[in-house]
Amino acid sequence: MYEFDWSSIPGALPFLVKGAVITLQITLTAVVFGVIWGTLLAVARLSSWGFLAKPAAAYVNLLRSIPFVMVILWFFLIVPQAIQAVFGGATRDIRLTSALVAFSLFQAAYYSEIIRAGIQSVPKGQAQAGYALGMGYGQVMGLIVLPQAFRNMVPLLLTQTIILFQDTSLVYVIGLADFFGSAQKVGERDGRLVELLLFAGAIYFVICSALSYLVKRLQEQKVTA
Amino acid sequence: MNYHWNWSIFLQPVPSGETTYLGWLLVGLQWTVALSLCSWFTALIIGTPLGVMRTLPNRFLSGLAGAYVAVFRNIPLLVQLFIWYFVIPELVPVKIGDWFKQLNPVLQEFVAAWLCLGLFTSARIVEQVRAGIDSLGRGQRGAGLAMGLTLGQTYRHVLLPMGFRIILPPLTSEFLNCIKNSAVATTIGFVELSRQAQQLVDYTAQPFEAFISVTLLYLVVNSIVMYFMRWLERRTRVPGFMVAK
Repeated sequence: MYEFDWSSIPGALPFLVKGAVITLQITLTAVVFGVIWGTLLAVARLSSWGFLAKPAAAYVNLLRSIPFVMVILWFFLIVPQAIQAVFGGATRDIRLTSALVAFSLFQAAYYSEIIRAGIQSVPKGQAQAGYALGMGYGQVMGLIVLPQAFRNMVPLLLTQTIILFQDTSLVYVIGLADFFGSAQKVGERDGRLVELLLFAGAIYFVICSALSYLVKRLQEQKVTA
Repeated sequence: MNYHWNWSIFLQPVPSGETTYLGWLLVGLQWTVALSLCSWFTALIIGTPLGVMRTLPNRFLSGLAGAYVAVFRNIPLLVQLFIWYFVIPELVPVKIGDWFKQLNPVLQEFVAAWLCLGLFTSARIVEQVRAGIDSLGRGQRGAGLAMGLTLGQTYRHVLLPMGFRIILPPLTSEFLNCIKNSAVATTIGFVELSRQAQQLVDYTAQPFEAFISVTLLYLVVNSIVMYFMRWLERRTRVPGFMVAK
């Protein structure tokens, strides 16, 4: 039988916390920029102007049909080279920057689909009422449609954010030490990979379960309200 | 920009000489398809009965299926993959662990990725199957039981045939997710498509060609699956029900 030895975890905690900070940093950045960029994409996609709607649809569909691992690698290996070739510049550690950009742009595609459905869930009469009151497009969107849409979308946006939080572990492919990467490194160093991986899995499980439970409560509240 | 495009790189032989770089890409494609298909069918076989369990009146059984879903949904795919690859072989009885470790490395990676992706996807199918059956409402189940069908027969002849038709579109996106998720296997060194993209970058110094072709290959696989699933949707449509929304 395998003999567990958890003793390397307590000493490694500061290092693991450092990794967790990276995880949170990526998650929060991607949520903020993803939702903003996703909203713009959704509005563009629903616009009656083809020159806005079509590129937005192409962007969303393209990013949604390639693996996230590929997107992360694109932004780590390929895009910086292209930028360097055009603008020049010194090489430095771009792992975190490229991860932040990749996560924001990629998650925006997923958020935009949720936001688009949310906007469509607001009855047409609401927008028409706004126009009838003499509001412009921007006012109708910003003051009437989007606030209601976001209220409807909160559970879905949160669920997507839980997925995003889990996906941050994929920065492993570019060698960035987030929480999972740090755990894996400590495990390799101490020859205690089994314990560290189970520990990391347990932490993710507890956090994500708690968040999922919260989302479920929110949904139930909405049904009864 | 002074990048030197060279698409003929794919026709050049790899260092070991046995194939061309295009051959490498095709090997990657093969493994990506093999891994995705194996995982997908495993996920369907495990996910369907558990999805049914989730809708049963027995609270213990439905709770059990719920716990299964919670475990696989709340741990990142990458962590699960590492657990299958590095942890499980240590924890199973020594004989089985040793047998696994003596396998050909590619086979080891494949088996670990297959189990991981299959079970991960199955948890998502459980939820879809449950949503499909729930969306039928109580009436269908009641009608089946009132006609004298047993609970099993009601599922077999009423709930599942209708439920599966309803969830075909979300199942399509789960299938696509399964293919996309197979790229995570690159982290344990499995030679699927995205790994081959990285290999080509290392060996050829033609990163753009490598990444563009691999991305296109993913798009092609995606389109084929989408096309097939649309066809299946049309084929199985019940006249009078669920006319195009």
